[in-house]
Amino acid sequence: MSEKKTRILIAKPGLDGHDRGAKYIARALKDAGYEVIYTGLRQTPESIVSTALQEDVDFIGLSLLSGAHNELFPRVIALLKEKKAEDIVVFGGGVIPETDIPSLMEQGVKAVFTPGTPISKVTEFIEQVKG
Amino acid sequence: MSVLKKLQEIRKTWEETAVEPTLAKFPERKKIFVTGSDTPVERLYLPEEMDADTYMEKLGLPGEYPYTRGVQPTMYRGRFWTMRQYAGFGTAEESNKRYKYLLEQGQTGLSIAFDLPTQIGYDSDDAISEGEVGKVGVAIDTLKDMEILFEGIPLDKVSTSMTINSPAAVLLAMYIALAEKQGVSKDKLNGTIQNDILKEYIARGTYIFPPEPSMRLITNIFEYCCKEVPKWNTISISGYHIREAGSTAVQEAAFTLADGVEYVKAAIAAGMDVDQFAGRLSFFFNAHNDLLEEVAKYRAVRRIWASLMKNKFNAKSSKSMMMRFHTQTGGSTLTAQQPDNNIIRVTIQTLAAVLGGTQSLHTNSRDEALALPSEQSVRIALRTQQIVANESGVTNTIDPLGGSYYVEALTDRIVDEVEKYLKRIEDMGGMVRAIEKGYPQKEIQDSAYKYQKDVESGERIVVGVNKYVQEEAPPEGLLKVDPELRKLQMKKLAQVKAGRDGGVVEKALNALREGARKEDVNLMPLIVDAVRVYATLGEICGVLRQEFGEYKESIVL
Repeated sequence: MSEKKTRILIAKPGLDGHDRGAKYIARALKDAGYEVIYTGLRQTPESIVSTALQEDVDFIGLSLLSGAHNELFPRVIALLKEKKAEDIVVFGGGVIPETDIPSLMEQGVKAVFTPGTPISKVTEFIEQVKG
Repeated sequence: MSVLKKLQEIRKTWEETAVEPTLAKFPERKKIFVTGSDTPVERLYLPEEMDADTYMEKLGLPGEYPYTRGVQPTMYRGRFWTMRQYAGFGTAEESNKRYKYLLEQGQTGLSIAFDLPTQIGYDSDDAISEGEVGKVGVAIDTLKDMEILFEGIPLDKVSTSMTINSPAAVLLAMYIALAEKQGVSKDKLNGTIQNDILKEYIARGTYIFPPEPSMRLITNIFEYCCKEVPKWNTISISGYHIREAGSTAVQEAAFTLADGVEYVKAAIAAGMDVDQFAGRLSFFFNAHNDLLEEVAKYRAVRRIWASLMKNKFNAKSSKSMMMRFHTQTGGSTLTAQQPDNNIIRVTIQTLAAVLGGTQSLHTNSRDEALALPSEQSVRIALRTQQIVANESGVTNTIDPLGGSYYVEALTDRIVDEVEKYLKRIEDMGGMVRAIEKGYPQKEIQDSAYKYQKDVESGERIVVGVNKYVQEEAPPEGLLKVDPELRKLQMKKLAQVKAGRDGGVVEKALNALREGARKEDVNLMPLIVDAVRVYATLGEICGVLRQEFGEYKESIVL
C-alpha cells in the first residue's frame, strides 16, 4: 500500500514581491520528494487558506520579507481555525526579526526559518511533525 | 615572431617547468575556479594582442564611444559619484526627518522608498494594505503626503530618485504638482523615476497592468518629460532586482539590456525620435562580492549599450549612446549571521561600483537581512562610500583596472555571453514575449537554485553561514515600524478626502478614464490634473485598473 505523499503549500501572503526564497524552498522540497504547490505572489490569507483546503495540504509554508508577518501569519492561522482545519501545520520564513518569533509561535506558527537556514532543517522539521 | 606568440610559448614553458611540479606537491584548492556567478576562471591571464583600431573600438577613451572606460572625460577627478541612500519608512513625517538627517550627513541626493501599497497602487485604507502600510517605505496616498515628505526641502536644490514603477506616472505627477506649489518650474526638476515595468514582471513583482498599457504609460512619460521636464531621468532600467532574484552577473547584464532595447523600440514605435529620449534613459545595477567580475560587468554593459544605440537604433547624439547608471550593493549577499561582517562585504561592493565607474551609489546597511536599517547602520553605510571616495585612492585615475589582463578578458567574455542572450531574446520576438513565455524568469530561477545548492553543499563558502559559524545573541537595536501606523495614515487620508471638492475630483478622474480609452492620448497631463485636486493614488490606479485590466503572473517553478 502506498502512503499518501506529504503535500505542502508554499505561499506568499501580502504584497511582497520577493519570491526567491519561496521558489527555492518550493523546488528544494519537491526535490526532496514532497508534493509542492506554489501560490505565486500577492495572496490574501483568505485565498491561501482556500487553496490549502482545496489542495488538501498537510503544511503551509508562508514566506514574507516585507515586515507584515505579525499581521498576516496569525490571520492565516485564525482562518484555518474558522474552517476547522487546524490540523494543517503552518511554518514561516523570510526576514523575520528574532524578537517576533516567540509571539508568532504562541499564536500557532510551528516553526520560523530565517535567512541562511539550510533546507535540511526544513525537511527535518516536516519529518518530525509527521512523526 | 609576434609578441603574443612569444608570450604563449613562454607561458607553456612556465606551465611545464614551474606549475606542474608545484601542483604535484601542492594541488590547488579546487579543480575548477569560477567567478561569483559561475564563469570559469583561468590560472593566469596574459596580454592580448591589440592594435590601436581594435583598442578604440573595444575600449576607447573616457567620455567617448564606446564608453567602456567611463562616461565622463575626467570621472571622479572631476567630482565623486552621487551618494544616494535609499530610505523611507513609516509616515511622510518620519521619512522627512530621515532625509534631512541624511542631507546633513553629507548625502548628495535623495532616494525615496515607498511602501508596497503605494508601489502597487492601493491607498492605505484599502483592505489589501493591512499589515503593509509604511513597512518597506513611506506611504503616499495623496499630494498632501508628498507635501509633508518634502517639507523644508526645496525641489530645485535636490535630485530625487523614486523607486516607483507601475504607478510611476502618478508619483511623478505629484512631484510636479508639489514643485508648482513650491514655485519651482518643471525644467528645474532633477531626478529619476524607476519606471521599469519589465523587470517587475521578471523579478520584482510590483506590477499592476498588463505589458501593453504599461508600455504605453512609459512612453507617455518619455514624451511628456522631454518637453516639460527635460532634466528628469524618465526610467532607470534595472538589473538590480534581477540579480537579487538570483541571476548571474551575465544574466543581470543581458536581461537589463534586453529590457532597454524593448523600451527604445516602444518609444520609436510611438513616433519618437531616438535622440529625443535616449539621453534620459538611465540604468541601475547590482554590486556583488566578486569584485573583478562586477567591474568587468559594468565595463561590458557600457560597451554593448553604446554599440546597440549606435548600430541598431542609429542614434546620432553621444548622450544617447552613453550608459549612465546607479549602483546598489547586493542586499542578498548580506547575512543575518554575524551582521557586522556585512560592512566588509559592502566595502568590497562599493569598490566594485567605483572601479566600474558608477554615477551614483547606495550602500546597504549591515542589518538589512534582519530588519529595516537603523540610523546607526545607515551612517556606517554612507561612511563606507565616503572612505572609499576620500581615502582609498582609487578615485585618482580613470578606470584603474583597465588593462588588467584578467579584467579585460572577463569584460570580453561577458560581452560575448550577453550578446548570445540578446540574440535569443530577439529571436523570441523581444522581451515582452520572452517574459510571457517565462524565459528570463526560468533562467534566473535555475541560477538561484544552483547557487543555493552550492552554498548548502559547501561548494560555495559564505562566511558565518556555512563556515566560521558561531553562536550569537540576537541582535539589538533593530528598527521597528509602529503597527498602529496604518490607522494614523487612514485618518490623514480621511481628512484629505473630507477637505477636497468631490465634484472636481470626479471630473478629473472621468477625464483620465476617457483618455485611457483613446490610445493616442498622453495620460501624463490628465494625471497631473487629478493629483493636483487631491485625487488619491488608489483612485487614479483604480480607474486605470478598470480600463487596462491587471497582469497575471506566469508561474514557472
